[in-house]
Order: sequence, then structure tokens, then C-alpha cells
Amino acid sequence: MKFGVVVFPGSNCDHDTHHALGTVLGRPVDLIWHQSEDLAGCDAILLPGGFAYGDYLRTGAIARFSPVMRAVTKFANSGGLVLGICNGFQVLLESGLLPGAVLRNAGLRFVCRHVYIRVEHADTPFTCAARPGQVLKIPIAHSDGNYFCDDATLRELERNGQILFRYVGPDGHESPEWNPNGAIANIAGIINRERNVAALMPHPERAAESLLDSADGLVILRSLADTLARRERTAAVAERVSA
Amino acid sequence: MIETEIKVTPQVAAEHGLSADEYARVQKILGRDPNITELGIFSVMWSEHCSYKSSKVHLKRLPTKGPQVVQGPGENAGVVDIGGGWVAAFKIESHNHPSFVEPFQGAATGVGGILRDIFTMGARPIAVLDSLRFGPITQGQGATPEEVARNRRIVDGVVRGIGFYGNCFGVPTVGGEVAFEPCYSANPLVNALALGVARRDELFFARARGVDNPVIYVGAKTGRDGIHGASLLASAEFTEESQQKRPNVQVGDPFVEKLLLEACLEAMHTGAVVAIQDMGAAGLTCSTCEMASRGATGIEIDLALVPQRETGMSPYEIMLSESQERMLLVAERGREEEVLRVFRKWELDAVVIGRVTSGGLLRVLDHGRVAAEIPAHPLAEEGPVYSRPLTAPAKPARHEILVAFAPEGTNLTANFTSLLAAPAIASKRWIVQQYDHMVRTNTVVAPGAGDAALVRVKETGCGLALAVDGNGRWCHLDPRLGAMHAVAEAARNVACVGARPLAATNCLNFGNPEKPEIMWQFSQVIDGIGEACRALGVPITGGNVSFYNETLGRSIYPTPTLGVLGVLDDDSLALRSGFCAAGDSILLLDGAGSAAGSAVAPAELQREFSSSEYARTIHSVVAGTPPAIDLAAEKRLMDALAALAAERLLHSAHDLSDGGLAVALAEGGFATFFATDSLGADVSFEGSEPAEWALFGERGARAIVTTPQAALAAIERIAAQYVLGLRTLGTVIQGTFRIRYNGRELVSAPVAALRASWAESLERALAAR
Repeated sequence: MKFGVVVFPGSNCDHDTHHALGTVLGRPVDLIWHQSEDLAGCDAILLPGGFAYGDYLRTGAIARFSPVMRAVTKFANSGGLVLGICNGFQVLLESGLLPGAVLRNAGLRFVCRHVYIRVEHADTPFTCAARPGQVLKIPIAHSDGNYFCDDATLRELERNGQILFRYVGPDGHESPEWNPNGAIANIAGIINRERNVAALMPHPERAAESLLDSADGLVILRSLADTLARRERTAAVAERVSA
Repeated sequence: MIETEIKVTPQVAAEHGLSADEYARVQKILGRDPNITELGIFSVMWSEHCSYKSSKVHLKRLPTKGPQVVQGPGENAGVVDIGGGWVAAFKIESHNHPSFVEPFQGAATGVGGILRDIFTMGARPIAVLDSLRFGPITQGQGATPEEVARNRRIVDGVVRGIGFYGNCFGVPTVGGEVAFEPCYSANPLVNALALGVARRDELFFARARGVDNPVIYVGAKTGRDGIHGASLLASAEFTEESQQKRPNVQVGDPFVEKLLLEACLEAMHTGAVVAIQDMGAAGLTCSTCEMASRGATGIEIDLALVPQRETGMSPYEIMLSESQERMLLVAERGREEEVLRVFRKWELDAVVIGRVTSGGLLRVLDHGRVAAEIPAHPLAEEGPVYSRPLTAPAKPARHEILVAFAPEGTNLTANFTSLLAAPAIASKRWIVQQYDHMVRTNTVVAPGAGDAALVRVKETGCGLALAVDGNGRWCHLDPRLGAMHAVAEAARNVACVGARPLAATNCLNFGNPEKPEIMWQFSQVIDGIGEACRALGVPITGGNVSFYNETLGRSIYPTPTLGVLGVLDDDSLALRSGFCAAGDSILLLDGAGSAAGSAVAPAELQREFSSSEYARTIHSVVAGTPPAIDLAAEKRLMDALAALAAERLLHSAHDLSDGGLAVALAEGGFATFFATDSLGADVSFEGSEPAEWALFGERGARAIVTTPQAALAAIERIAAQYVLGLRTLGTVIQGTFRIRYNGRELVSAPVAALRASWAESLERALAAR
């Protein structure tokens, strides 16, 4: 099992994501340079937060053309697990690996604080360590996190169970006051139809140690690690059977 | 290219801000008249901003040494040992005038500049704090509606600018302070402090060594922005024409700075870098001559090789440009390719533009033709130094109006509620939420959660505590005493998170040094800082002086801002200021012993109370003198707090400062994120002082702590050991906030009502524009 964290010029949560996976969870993790088209045998790819290529033009708009994104797209299309966090979410939207777009926050300002999100589906590789409906306290830090899509897409997301996380209050109830950025339908994170590419605006890597106020983000990172471990076991069994 | 043809005359020199004497000195150093490029170089290097010509003689009186100090003033940042083979580099700097002319870019480039100072040393920046001063943002402080509207625009621009730069660069803005006074209306203060960490054996210095070593320019291209930023903008008063100085403000690009950070640290790791300095104020001029001067060498560069954003720039413009995100480094000869390769990887310009020479000359070529030739050391180090005249201001002729204490027994709930809404005291959440204060996942004590910010050092497991403080009003009333309080409060705040104060950095914001009374303020402040730093064992390791903070002849309050750095050996010991649980005891620790205040004459209490935030907010009085200070008591309190934290005896600790005991108690209950989690207090105590003084007086060396009942005996033991006064004030409760004094109830209100007043005041003033 090996995680890969992509480093774009301007990524600034790459070290944090590396720390959460490598030091806190104790899993093997590599940093992958944006010029590389080789994912170095990684089994799951994380696109970290930050300001890839300065977010010039539009968030994620330049990063989608980077060599590494060609490899990530190929990886995703063949079933590889990809998680986008904050700026990584924006890059996945621009790349077309996830539907919709983000707009400037409704308050028109950068917002950094803890929010509560509810796990809408606990049967995905990104949430399998969570209880259905579990409320996680995880911080956000962004100017452009106001998720938006057209009505048809929204209906499809709901119908296919693609809305992975929603902003809620500490008790798990939805209300506009708990939505920090104006996102449509209180959406904090989504998953693709094939359920191997997901992204969220909150930063699970910032909520990986109770010393830093919350360790709830580990649920998401541990789900990924559990999924990879399960896949490895299945592959080992399959190998023995075929032998 | 017109400038090269300008003939330099004393008149032209005067237009560059050089006095007749200074110009004569230039002629003497050169042995001839300077050409226009050389004149430009001298004028920026000898500007107040770069040369410290008015402050140098006074700064010498500050303590700068100690076993923990690895690098004192004189380098890009101060460096102290934090144990485990690691060091912390930290420094505070002002960007006041640019932030008034263009608040967003002025504040943004202020942050960018101080970050470069840190990573130039080889240290990775891990935290930023800001000390901000603005004019009133609410009506009724004598400011016109137009001034209030303008002040709000400045606050908004400065906050956005700080966030824009730090958020993108990827450094957490973990704390700071902000105050509002009419004197800052036309001259806001933006002081940015940055902290970085490095391995002790991997520090870098800005000393050019090794004749024929290549000099490499890296980073952003040079443009015409910021020319004369240091000399014309930072070293002159504001006049009605100051808005025309907007082209002198630099424009920042935090994305390029982030690349520059990563590339510089990676290049340093190759082992091929000999020296490095950022191009901040005075750009290429300052970096070349200072590196040569410190290294006792010369430097020769050819401007034709400098990456340029615009065509047709003259040598004068290239040498004086303050374009941001640039660095100059010296590599080992023969290994330059190793360095250049790193910068190519990060897609940054990196060009060999010259070499280190012997003989001590700064020689600037333009396509091989000499454009300037100046001895580097005299240029950098032998500029004019002034012992400017100083005069204590005459005592005001009119009778000073002091605050009269309310009759004993007066209910103070309404005044207390108003005080909580005062912008200086109200919640700063509207500001800190716009800053990414969590990136790098080290922020153990976040903004507003404790008296100081605390970031952990993952590599060693220790925590670094930082606080910035300064009280301009107090320094206005008594510069020396006010400055001592600034040091004491910053150190006390560091102690309240459990850390041991280690060293300090200072940003000295003053008016026009050519006025004797301003120089007197400066001299007094230096004496005050020096005395307090000596007593508390926190040497000054660096900082900056900002003079000419005047508009139309009116000076700001003398405003020294002190940043104190402390170490907590185990980051899990960190203390926060918020109450944790109903039922906890609330105790008052008093460094002055149990008899504090009672020996003071009533008239003296009235004088010190008239300088308080309460007097200003409730009575619109700024008078009297700051409270007397007892540095030994401060030191005892700090030592005791560290001991209490180390034994994990406390649930919270919070010092008494603006608004005194009552505000400290309320803040303890408000320090939760959600209003519904707020806690109250049920407090009752006795004293011989007037009730208003007891509740809102701001005498130092005091802190409130909360603790479970079981720990009381151990706390009493430590309080006795450090000769502290200790009294039990009451209990943390839910729902209500109540203070009884000498048996009379003075404050009683639902916590929710008090919190609403505190939480929303800044937002109401600033969000709805």
C-alpha cells in the first residue's frame, strides 16, 4: 500500500497531508511532482490544498493541464482512488473528473474555521470507517468553496448517492447558518458515479490529531487506508487461488 | 535613460532627501561628485528607513545578548536556540506608510517582506502575527463620518492584504492584536512578525565570501515598482499629496514567494550556497552592498544580465526598484549549476549577474560600462549617524481631567456591556477567520484561544509561543513606563500559555525624529524596553524602527510593539484562556503579593485608572499615567505560571490587561467557538479600592486561572513558593455572569447578552460596508 500526494507549484497542504498519512497514520506515502507522468506505483492519489499555479485565471484552471493530471486522469479512469482536498477539489472539478464548479464564497471573504460535516454515505472507499450520518468536526480554509451545479446535475447527484458530505450543525441538522460558503444543498463534498474519485472542501489532514482540536478527519484518511488494505488482501487471496 | 544625463548638483541631492552635510560626505567618500545612479544608491542606503541614522545611538542601549541568542540584531532576523539542535528565527517589521497609501498591497507586501527575512536565514516560516493600529471605526470618538468610512476601508484592505499573502504562501497567521485610536486615522500601523525554524547547523547568513564566487539573482523580474519606497515613502511625513505616492508601493505575488521559499531552501541544501540576502527595501542596492560589507569583500554586477519586466530601464531604476519576491545569493565557484538547476525546477529566473571581488568596491556595470562605483563598507555602514536633540514636552498648562469613580454600590452592568463592545476589546473573530491560521498543522493555541499563539515544532515536540503587544495610549502618557508595560504584557501573555519567555523583537513606530519631543519619546521608550527586557531576561534580537509616522504635522502616539517568543518544552502542556468546566474554581494570581493595591493612595489610583480602556470607552478620558510597574512581580508571576503548567494543575490561564479583571473573566467564558457553549462566572471578593478600579483597573502582574477543586492545595504550594498573592474569586457556572464586591452585586447579566455585545461589535462595524 502506498499513498501519493501531488505537489503542484503553489500547493501548501502537501506537507500536512504527508504528515497525516505518513506520521499520524503510519502509512507509506510519496510526494509526486507535478511534472511527473509517473505515479510511482501509488495505490491512492491525494490532491492537496493550496493555490496550484497561483490559482491564476480561476482555481484549478491551470493545474488541470499539468502532466501529472494526465496520469491522475488515466489512473482514475482505470479505477484508482483519488481524493481532492480544497484546492484539490477545485482541480478535480476543472479536470472534469467530478461534476459542477465552485464559486466565490457567499460572504465574499476567505473563511478559515472549524465546520461540521455529516457523512451522507458510509459505503464508499472514502467513508467506510465512518458511521452513516456521523458528524465530523473539520476545518475549512478557502475563498472559493461555494459548490454549484445545475438542477439536473444536482438531481443526478442526489439520485446516485454522490453527495458525500453536507455542512450541518453539531447535532447533525442542516440549516443555512451552518453552511459557511453558500454551497448549493449544503454540499461539502461529492463522489463520482464510479465511487473512486471524491473531494471535499474541508481539510481532513488538519483534523488528524486531538492536540490540534479535532481528530475527526482521520475517519476519512483511515477509510482510504482500510480500503487499500482490503484490496491488498483480496488481491493476495486471488493470487493464491489462481496459483 | 534620461537620468544618466542628469547632472548631480546639491539641489538634486536635496530632492533625493540628502542634506548638505550628507551630500558632502558622499563627495568625500567618492573623492568626486556622484553620478545620478550613485546619488540614488546613496539616498536609499542613507534614508532613515535603511540607515537607522536617528535611532542607532539609542538602539545601542538595548540588551541583545544571552546564552539563548544565536544571532542578535544586524542580520535579516534574530535567531535563538530552542533546544534539540533547532533554532527559531523571528523578526517584526513595519509597513505603515504603504498600507495607508494602498492598504491591500501595502499590508500584503509587508507580510511578504518579513517572510523573506526569515527564509533568507535558511529557516522555514511557520507563523505570522500582526500588530495593527487604525483610526476609529465607530462614530462618537471625535472622528467624522468620512474618517470612519475611510478607516473601515483601510481595515478591510489591510486584513484582506495580510490574508491574501499569508494564505497563499502557506504560513498560518496565528495571532496579533489591533487597537483603534484617532491618532492613527491618517497613519495606520501595520507591523508584521514572522517566525521560522531551522536546524542550528543549517543557518545561512548574508556575508559575501570567496573572491570570484558567482553572484546569482533569483526570483521575480525587476520592474519599475517601488522605486524610492524606502526613502520617499518610509522616510518622510505624509502631506496632502501623499496619494500621489501610490506608484511607490510595491505589488506582491505570494505564489512566486512560495516558489522562492521552496527553491531557496532546496538550493541551500545542495551545499553550494555561500550567502544569501533578500531584496527588500532598496532592492538590489541594499542586497549587494550589505552582503559585500558584511563579508569584507566587493561585488561587481552587470545590470544587463538582470531579468527585467520592462524594457528601457535605466541603471538608476534597476538599482532602486523594490520589486518583490527577489533574492540575491552567492554560490561556490564551479557549483553554480547545482543552484541554477534548483531554480529551473521551480520555474524561477536565476541568473549569474556578477561576482564577488576583492577590494571592497560595489561596482555596477551596464553592458560592461561602469554605471556606479562605490566603496561598499562606507556606503552600508558609514552613513550619517545623528544624536538628534531631545526635549521633554512641557507639562500641559490646563488642569488634567481625571475620571471620578462612581459612588460605591453603583451597578456597573451597563458600562461593562459597553466596554465589551469597544473595538479594542471585542471579539476579533471577523479578522482572524479571514486568515488561514491552521496551515502547516502546527497551531496548538489558535487566535483568540489563548493569551499567546502557540505553534508546535514537529521535529522536536516543543511548542513556540508568540505574543505581540503595545499600548500607544500608555506610551503617549508616559513613554518609558508604557514601553515597560509593552514588554511585560507580551511576556506575560507568553507565560499564560505555559511557555518560558526567551527573547524579543521590537517594532518602534514614532513621529518625525527631527522634532526634539519625538526623539525624547524614542529615547524614553528605549530606556523602558531595555530595563524591562533586562529584568525579564528577554534580550532584543532584532526589529525595526519606523519614523515619520505623521500626517500634516500630527504625530501618532509613540507606539513600540513588542513581540516576545517563548518555549514550552512539551507542546501538550499548552494552556488556553477559556474556561473548561462549570464548577471549576476561579483564582487570581498576583505577582505583587496579597496586599496589591491597598497601599496606594486614592489619588494615585484615580490617575492610573484615567489611563485605562474603561476611562477611554466609558468616559472618553485619556489622562493620568499608566499603572506603576513591578518587574520583579511580573517575573515571579511568569515563573509561577510555567511551573503550574508543567505540573498540569490548571484548566485555563488568562492575564489581566485591557478592561481589567471583569473583562478577563468574561473572555474566559467566551473563548469557546459556539455561543451556546459559553460559560459564566459567579465571583465575589473584597477590597479597599473603589469598585470601578477593582473591576476594570489594569495594573499588571496578575492573571486569573481556573482549576478543578482537587488541584487547589498544589496551586497554593506553588503560589507560596513564588511569593504570589492567591485568592479564590469564585466559580465557573453556566448561563449567568455575576460579580459581587464587598458584598454588593455590581454586575449581573445573562452570559448570552454579554457575549452578543462582545462577539458582534467588530463585525457590525466592518462587515456591513
